[in-house]
Amino acid sequence: MARKRYTHAINEALIEEMSRDPKVIVYGEDVELAIMGDTKGLLDKFGRERIRNTPICEATLTGMAVGAAAAGCRVVVHMMFSNFIYTGFDAIANQMAKLHLMTGGQAVMPITIIAAYGGGGSNAAQHSDSGYPVLVNLGGVNVAMPATPADAKGLLKTAIRGNNPTFFMEAIGRGGEQGEVPDGDFTIPFGKAATVREGKDVTIIAIGSMLKPALEAAKKLEASGIQAEVVDPRTLVPLDEEALVAAARKTGRVVVVDEARDRCSAASHIAAVLADKAFGHLKAPVKRVTVPNVCMPYAPNAERRMIPDADRIARTATEIARA
Amino acid sequence: MATPEPSSEQLLALYERMLLIRRMEERLRADAAAGNLPGAVHLYIGQEAIATGVCARLRTSDMITSTHRGHGHFLAKGGEPKAMMAEIWGKRTGICKGMGGSMHVADFSKGILGANGIVGGGFAIATGAALASKLTHDERIAVAFFGDGAANQGVFMESLNVSSLWKLPLVLVCEHNQFSEFTPSADITSGEIVDRARAFKIPTSVVDGNDVVAVWQAAGEAVERARRGEGPSFIEAKTYRIQGHLEAEDLFLQGGKYREKAEIEEWRKRDPVERTRQRLLSGGAREETLKAIDTRIGATVEQAVEFAQASEPADPELALDLMFVGQKA
Repeated sequence: MARKRYTHAINEALIEEMSRDPKVIVYGEDVELAIMGDTKGLLDKFGRERIRNTPICEATLTGMAVGAAAAGCRVVVHMMFSNFIYTGFDAIANQMAKLHLMTGGQAVMPITIIAAYGGGGSNAAQHSDSGYPVLVNLGGVNVAMPATPADAKGLLKTAIRGNNPTFFMEAIGRGGEQGEVPDGDFTIPFGKAATVREGKDVTIIAIGSMLKPALEAAKKLEASGIQAEVVDPRTLVPLDEEALVAAARKTGRVVVVDEARDRCSAASHIAAVLADKAFGHLKAPVKRVTVPNVCMPYAPNAERRMIPDADRIARTATEIARA
Repeated sequence: MATPEPSSEQLLALYERMLLIRRMEERLRADAAAGNLPGAVHLYIGQEAIATGVCARLRTSDMITSTHRGHGHFLAKGGEPKAMMAEIWGKRTGICKGMGGSMHVADFSKGILGANGIVGGGFAIATGAALASKLTHDERIAVAFFGDGAANQGVFMESLNVSSLWKLPLVLVCEHNQFSEFTPSADITSGEIVDRARAFKIPTSVVDGNDVVAVWQAAGEAVERARRGEGPSFIEAKTYRIQGHLEAEDLFLQGGKYREKAEIEEWRKRDPVERTRQRLLSGGAREETLKAIDTRIGATVEQAVEFAQASEPADPELALDLMFVGQKA
């Protein structure tokens, strides 16, 4: 166990997987200089055959991943910001997510797409989306949402070794944050939620970047006598419905926190699952704490107003805990 | 040095493959008209020389991407007629288990990465396949078949740039069949498509796409260039789409018209299959030999249809298993 930064944990996973399997290649815009931090040192270690800067042409980068995977590579594409998933979306939605089915199972696509999501850095709306709800809806692609350095490392290794296209969503504000990361080779299976904090009064389901404010909210709630359980789904596809339903049944009161826009968010899907499968155990409506249905504004104060924080989560949890 | 002509055996093999495509497409045309097929079919009649001439230069391990008009590429690259026919009929014995259909016939074991319903969808896939081949030094090459319509997609430019920059073993084959769906190409295309490839310093050739020998010769050079590690080549094969964009297009057109019958008749005179037949005959081939080929192909087509008809429908539950490898939908 050692304390490592989120970005460092991702970097370690990339180095370990590229060392383990010569078929793993990494490409994307500015990956050689490691503008996002996570591909640092790969060029020196593995050379331009294995890691390479590409032109800015996301529509082709995503399609190339399909072809390179079909021809035998394990492909890691770095898309920088999740907004750029939209510019590369044709090959994602029409090829990557569909070809395994459309070819009757012939096309196997070990592809990992890394993209950073979320606001908080005054990057404005075209660099601040949490673009994963649309990916969750696609089918055919896995969606990993690591919240901690340990999960980042373990989930990325699972993604790279897997045989399905996977979106590995980097919590953009987490890059500099530290956490304990187990030593040696370890992976985290997809579809296994983590109970990060035990509590009996209210369940907070926190997705990706929202785990940190959810834990802060739990502390605030404790001060006012409310014991909050905090659960992190870790992957949205596959989704650990069983664990989420069990957590909902335990307290009967659930807040789902998601940095995506509210409408058809991951939170709204989880709320629907709980309404369906835990209805008899619920003592209050399932609440969602999400970004309003707006594009992220630029000004720091306007951004803060939109992104769920500990106060908003605690306030919502208190409302239903006392309902 | 001029590229050699195909031997008489090679020309006969080219003819046989073209005729197989033609007869399969004719049968599909009849079955589409009779309402026997569940989905739309886009036929390759008139363009057979291109897939055939190019694929004759490829190894089984080489990879191709194809278009929504992809039956010809599938058969030219060695795909099984039975498995293709069953797929188009929506049967579980189909090459894609009835999950893809006419626009998506694929056989990865033969390097057929699939026909594709997205116009221009193959560019990046072929480029990526070529990248993987280059990185793994496995000597495979990739070929992207596409139409003049796809050449107006932005990914065409992107793939030209990347493949030329990285010297990828790729051959880009533009089948200029004069139409983007229901719109004449000239109405929506600026300049010459071949000039777009030239801008990226990619070696180009423009050939008569209804002349299988011309295609075969151009493809031979392009494939060898790719195999030698000298990067991509571009071939523009001028041809003409004899059938409509899709069968039963009159239903969509509702009396509308986008071309003249006389134009179609003009191009019928340059039928690539008939031209090859004449070439064989004037080269000394016997009429009986060619007849025997036609009879053999007729039986192959008939068997393919019988196989498709006799097969069980697709398994709907399979869709839930095929969204992921080893994971439920």
